[in-house]
Amino acid sequence: MSCQRTQELIHGYLDGELDLARSLELEQHIHECEICARAYRGHTTLRSSLKNDSLYYRAPENLKKRIQSSLRKEARTEVSSLGFGWRWLTLGASLAFMLLIGVAVWRLVPRSTSPYGNELLAQEVVSDHVRSLQIPGHLTDVLSSDQHTVKPWFDGKVDFAPSVKDFAGQDFRLYGGRLEYLNNRAVATLIYQRRLHYINLFIWPAEQAGSTGEVMSQRQGYNLIHWTDSGMNYWAISDLNSVELREFARLVRQGQ
Amino acid sequence: MQQRNKLVSFEEAVLPHLDAAYNLAHWLTRNDTDAEDVVQEAYLRAFRFFGGFHGADGRSWLLSIVRNTCYTWMQHNRSPELRVPVDDELHEIESTDLNPEALLLQRADTLMVRQALKELPVEFREVLVLRELEEMSYRDIANITNLPLGTVMSRLARGRKRLQLALTNQIHAEVLS
Repeated sequence: MSCQRTQELIHGYLDGELDLARSLELEQHIHECEICARAYRGHTTLRSSLKNDSLYYRAPENLKKRIQSSLRKEARTEVSSLGFGWRWLTLGASLAFMLLIGVAVWRLVPRSTSPYGNELLAQEVVSDHVRSLQIPGHLTDVLSSDQHTVKPWFDGKVDFAPSVKDFAGQDFRLYGGRLEYLNNRAVATLIYQRRLHYINLFIWPAEQAGSTGEVMSQRQGYNLIHWTDSGMNYWAISDLNSVELREFARLVRQGQ
Repeated sequence: MQQRNKLVSFEEAVLPHLDAAYNLAHWLTRNDTDAEDVVQEAYLRAFRFFGGFHGADGRSWLLSIVRNTCYTWMQHNRSPELRVPVDDELHEIESTDLNPEALLLQRADTLMVRQALKELPVEFREVLVLRELEEMSYRDIANITNLPLGTVMSRLARGRKRLQLALTNQIHAEVLS
């Protein structure tokens, strides 16, 4: 075995990843060659100085408690959005709602939307948006302004192919993508940036094909806009003013 | 009820690896508070994706999520570390003359080793931490870092070389001056 080959294989040997035959060859070489023996001693010395317990950072006591309590909170929100409790509640609410229609106030209610379902969804959209900005590093899973990087990133992560477009020319710069849980399913999330404002755009397949008009609303100071295009649901949220958010929605719709 | 079971089995599979998660996060973020935030966020992500976890090795699975969360954190904070990616094709000159004396290396104390490892570029630091501190196999490291096996090996070799050089330079400067 040559010196060069030995220097290459020495790490595999050190890490116990080398097969027996080559290990024996290498030992033989180290035995005979002082230069390679010296390299080997250098590596073992480095290893033993790294095998020092004080280099290992152990989690502080309170971190476990913090995590456990945030997990409980998370489990509870999953229950409330997935579990039976809410389903009965929404069923009850819809029944009451239908009763109201019976009492002939139906004219006051927009027909194309289902306010109770959207009400919950809007709440989820707002919490996701706030969370994405609050927690460091949560905003994007893939950070790229290149639509050809962001689009394939969703492959295999969601069961549909969201269309991804950059609108940097119109000053809505594509910032990245993220996987999010919304409406009881994995949804594709695109993040756009306009000046200092971030827009989260959530996309997932709708139950019915077809398209609907844009619906705008406001919640906790955020502007929300949602619509359906060729069987896909779109929800955009931002602290951006409503005029510009509507402009963003139009760009997305034209870009489909 | 189902959620309670999910929580219990998640905690059983993943919570025992909290130290490993924190150790990796700390070496990557190089900061106490950031490491705590990243680990907490990683556990939440892991919990959401727990339905997709069918493997036996909770530690590797968790560490890959911790690593991803760390990188997102670094990108979000525009860490200068991510601006210069290492060139894995580059073959550093393997001069045998540069092999430092083991005796000299023995003079390195914990503080020196910690500092040298901390200053290593993140690409080398992460494979060294996983290998030397976490004692993971090449295969596991490749899975966690999403790198080909060959790249893991060459980064380990180059990382060790750099670490040794940094340490001997330091010793020359401090001890022998």
